[in-house]
Amino acid sequence: MRQRLGRLAVLLPLILIATAIAQSTSQLRLCLRSEPKTFNPVLMADDASETVRYLTGGVLMRLNRLTQQLEPELATSWKVSDGGKSITFTLRSGLHFSDGTVFSAEDVAYTMQQLMDPALHSPTGDSFRSGEGKVVTRVMGKNHITVTFPAPVVGLDKLFDQVAVMSASSPQKEMAVLGPYYVAENKAGSYLILKRNPNYWKHDAAGRSLPYIDSVRLDIQQNRDTEMFRLVRGEIDLINSLDAEYFDKLAAQAPNMAYDAGVSLDSEQMWFNQVATSPLPAYKKVWFTSTNFRRAISESINRDDLVRVVFRGHARSAISWVSPANKFWFNAKLQPHSFDQKSALQRLAQDGFRMDDGALHDRDGHLVEFSVITNAGNKYRERMAAMIQQDLVGIGIRLNIVTLDFPSLIERITRSFDYEACLLGLVNNDLDPNSQMNVWLSSAENHQWNPSQKAPATAWEGEIDNLMHVQASTLDLKKRKAAVDRVQEIVWRQEPFIYLVNKNAMSAVSTALHNAHPVVLRPQAYWNIDQLSLGSEVAKNR
Amino acid sequence: MLGGFLGATLVRLAPGFSVDEEELDNRLNQGSIKALRQARASQESLSSFYVHYLDRLVHGDLGTSRTLQQPVTRLLADRFPETLKSVGLGLALGWALGLGLAIASALSRSWFIDLFSSVSAGVLLCMPAAVLAILFVIARAPGRLILGLIVFPKIFRYARNLLVRNAAMPHVLTARAKGAGSFRTLIWHILPVAAPQLLALAGVSVSLVFAAAIPVEALCDLPGIGQLAWKAALGRDLELLVNLTMIVTAVTLLANSAADLLGSPLRMGES
Amino acid sequence: MKWARVGAIVFLIAISVVCLLADFVAPSTYARQFRDAPDAAPSRQHLLGTDDLGRDRFSRLLYGTRVSLLLAPAAALLSCLLAAVIGGTAGFVGGWLERFVMGATDLFLSLPWLFLLITVRAMLPLNIAPFPSVIITFALLGCLGWAASARVICADTRSIKDSGFILLARASGSGGFRLLWRHIVPNLRPVLFAQFWISIPVFILTEANLGILGLGVAEPLPSWGSLLRELESFSTSFDQPWRFAALALFMVVVSCFHLALQKQELPA
Repeated sequence: MRQRLGRLAVLLPLILIATAIAQSTSQLRLCLRSEPKTFNPVLMADDASETVRYLTGGVLMRLNRLTQQLEPELATSWKVSDGGKSITFTLRSGLHFSDGTVFSAEDVAYTMQQLMDPALHSPTGDSFRSGEGKVVTRVMGKNHITVTFPAPVVGLDKLFDQVAVMSASSPQKEMAVLGPYYVAENKAGSYLILKRNPNYWKHDAAGRSLPYIDSVRLDIQQNRDTEMFRLVRGEIDLINSLDAEYFDKLAAQAPNMAYDAGVSLDSEQMWFNQVATSPLPAYKKVWFTSTNFRRAISESINRDDLVRVVFRGHARSAISWVSPANKFWFNAKLQPHSFDQKSALQRLAQDGFRMDDGALHDRDGHLVEFSVITNAGNKYRERMAAMIQQDLVGIGIRLNIVTLDFPSLIERITRSFDYEACLLGLVNNDLDPNSQMNVWLSSAENHQWNPSQKAPATAWEGEIDNLMHVQASTLDLKKRKAAVDRVQEIVWRQEPFIYLVNKNAMSAVSTALHNAHPVVLRPQAYWNIDQLSLGSEVAKNR
Repeated sequence: MLGGFLGATLVRLAPGFSVDEEELDNRLNQGSIKALRQARASQESLSSFYVHYLDRLVHGDLGTSRTLQQPVTRLLADRFPETLKSVGLGLALGWALGLGLAIASALSRSWFIDLFSSVSAGVLLCMPAAVLAILFVIARAPGRLILGLIVFPKIFRYARNLLVRNAAMPHVLTARAKGAGSFRTLIWHILPVAAPQLLALAGVSVSLVFAAAIPVEALCDLPGIGQLAWKAALGRDLELLVNLTMIVTAVTLLANSAADLLGSPLRMGES
Repeated sequence: MKWARVGAIVFLIAISVVCLLADFVAPSTYARQFRDAPDAAPSRQHLLGTDDLGRDRFSRLLYGTRVSLLLAPAAALLSCLLAAVIGGTAGFVGGWLERFVMGATDLFLSLPWLFLLITVRAMLPLNIAPFPSVIITFALLGCLGWAASARVICADTRSIKDSGFILLARASGSGGFRLLWRHIVPNLRPVLFAQFWISIPVFILTEANLGILGLGVAEPLPSWGSLLRELESFSTSFDQPWRFAALALFMVVVSCFHLALQKQELPA
């Protein structure tokens, strides 16, 4: 009996200590839709890699996703000068990478050299490229550096939100990080574990080291159904981006877990192939290049129904290429095109179209029938296409829906131009309209309806080219706003893209997770990762 | 080799080979998009790809996956054991259920057992893998077992028909008339006659399970070569697809050859 | 079991007739969208409720059954015929031909035929009507689905070829094609009917899966495959049992096929 009590007296404290240790190690669990392709922040282009970059990378400045204001991070202050060509940083001192390597201005210089290396073709680096020539970095002491670009870069400071600083000297190369977490374990195809960076520089007001959560587990999970089940069962703590039907389901079951932050920057749009050299019959090229035709199609689409039926009310009718969520840059004078099939038929009549036995014919008697391609597997686009198909029956047009796997679709819209209309979406992470230069310039590859033009094919495309150059070459916000407003107006009128909807940004957050404030800008749910806490931990609503 | 070459041909000729999803990234300027396209264009010639591939293969280098940016050797080494586990479990479960119920169906005089087995097989045959996957998630059961449930109806159907046919053969009737019990009749008179066909079925079931592994692993997020094959197909990852095709071809050939080899003494015994 | 077989045949005939008369039986067209009632529960107006776009699910089930009930068995028949010819000939002739054909079959089983399907879709005109495109899809599936059973048929043919009654037939003067057609093929029935019965649901599910790659039935034409794809988001469906109507009908029809063909599966 005494022996047993003795053993218990020894074991009990050990059990209590072990439990305390287990309880004090918190882990945030969420899912990635695919495996990260790279951990090199300069080369990241896919969502999964960019998630890891956000969680592990230290940046000079961070755009606060809630206030949409730039805040100092590794840089305590910065100054843009020389008309937007240069930026000078004052860096925090005494910081270390996750492996203990000292952080200094040399690391920023090294990062910029890597980023702007023309051989690497970094997508983040291309955002900084405004003209020909080299980027020059000047290190002025351990904590001061000036970066000079060959030409002014609009929104220069905000672009550094995407630049994770790499170590110039660490043997771990890009795996040595300055962010709240570092990659501790990577099981290929299965999961990643990020552990708290012991050298992370941030502390809360009470002096406690951030982040509050000790580790993050990222499971590779493509199946959204399974992801939902796991959230409801408590196996994961958040879903960063939630579809409308899952949102409604969750809101019905657990309303305090479902968050709808409102309309996002993303849009869904349809466009017609206006490439002169495409293998389409000549009469169809005439249709698609006609503004009246495009406006008529736009007026025949019931956007309110798309919002209500496909997105269950979690979207808004789109107006032009800047979403209403982008409060400063959105042209508030523009209204959505109304659903008016009578007006649509009048426009078509102006171009010689006529209804004959319930079917629309052009002036040469061709039956108006065309196809729209979209990427297979995206059920929201497939549903939108089916609704548009029904809408166009109202003006006698037969629409054929062709769903293609993504590579086949890309080949048609970028190489062979063997398509008639396309329905796709734009994922937009940047508030600054300059990020869409490669869409609006007529010479650009992503000028989807008629890319890589040697000279603008139409006067209005020429005007857009000029306006986009104007907004890219001045730091005067008023001038830029006027130019961008005018581009939105031209696009609204000419409809090279028929904008359909702007989706809402929806997320799901477990009630065990504190301090989460889902927003519209990505990453919606964990943008303040270092301040999130789990369970009974410290700091609710700092 | 031939399998790999033919597989590479199919991939190369399919639309979408020369494109990269990254081209649609609005941040990329013209130079970067051009560089992306040139990188794809360097894979244009199929014959030169295959020559280079064989050259690397001789040195033990299976190439680098374009979509996952990792050496193919490492990817296969990480994921093949996962698929082997799934396939092994799937085959074991499929055959245990399939052959077990087929035997019960063939030997028992009960219409109920036959009807129950047939209906179960029919239900599972009609069940989409996506629904099975989610049912397993709800039940917190391992997703690997789905492969067994996918393969079981096919094995059951063939095996049952073969056994029923053989059970009606004259020599079996003679054995029964002489007083042989069900078990003895099965082991000594029915199975040996059906063995060559069952072995052929066994060989075929290996390739069926591998084929089923692709959607199941993709749906259940099991990190095996099936999931890899799906991603490679969507990304037109030639390096990965050629190697995976070769592996599947090799496994299929091995399984079927083994079935043929094991079956031939039994056929010789018959004649 | 006779009553079950009769019942199954009657059910299949009834379903076929109802679906052929879908234009008269269905309360609405398969494309009409009742946008004020998307995802509605069953009611007098919509017997099985409506789908996500407000289309009457009962109507779509009728029209979809018409497509799948016609095309899937046709594709299954095609794959059975190919398997019988290829596997049967190889097993009958034997020797180097058998080895060559079986090697080619193994190769056929391993190739990524998905890319052939993608290529064929790319070659079709974009404005092809939905029905011809689904016929082409099922025809391709039929042409590609023979390999697995060809092996089993080959092994079976080999076995039958060496049996006593075949020896007797040869001794009686039967040979070549006559021997194959009159004496061997009837004894392949169990395997052929197993193949046929398995192929129908496999092709329908394959058509559903190919929809993920854009190779299935084009909107707005329904098929069992496209109706089954509704169940992909299972978590939003499981408390709406009427969504499973297509799956339930599919299972019943396949079971009826089995019961109806059971007698045919017995050897000659």
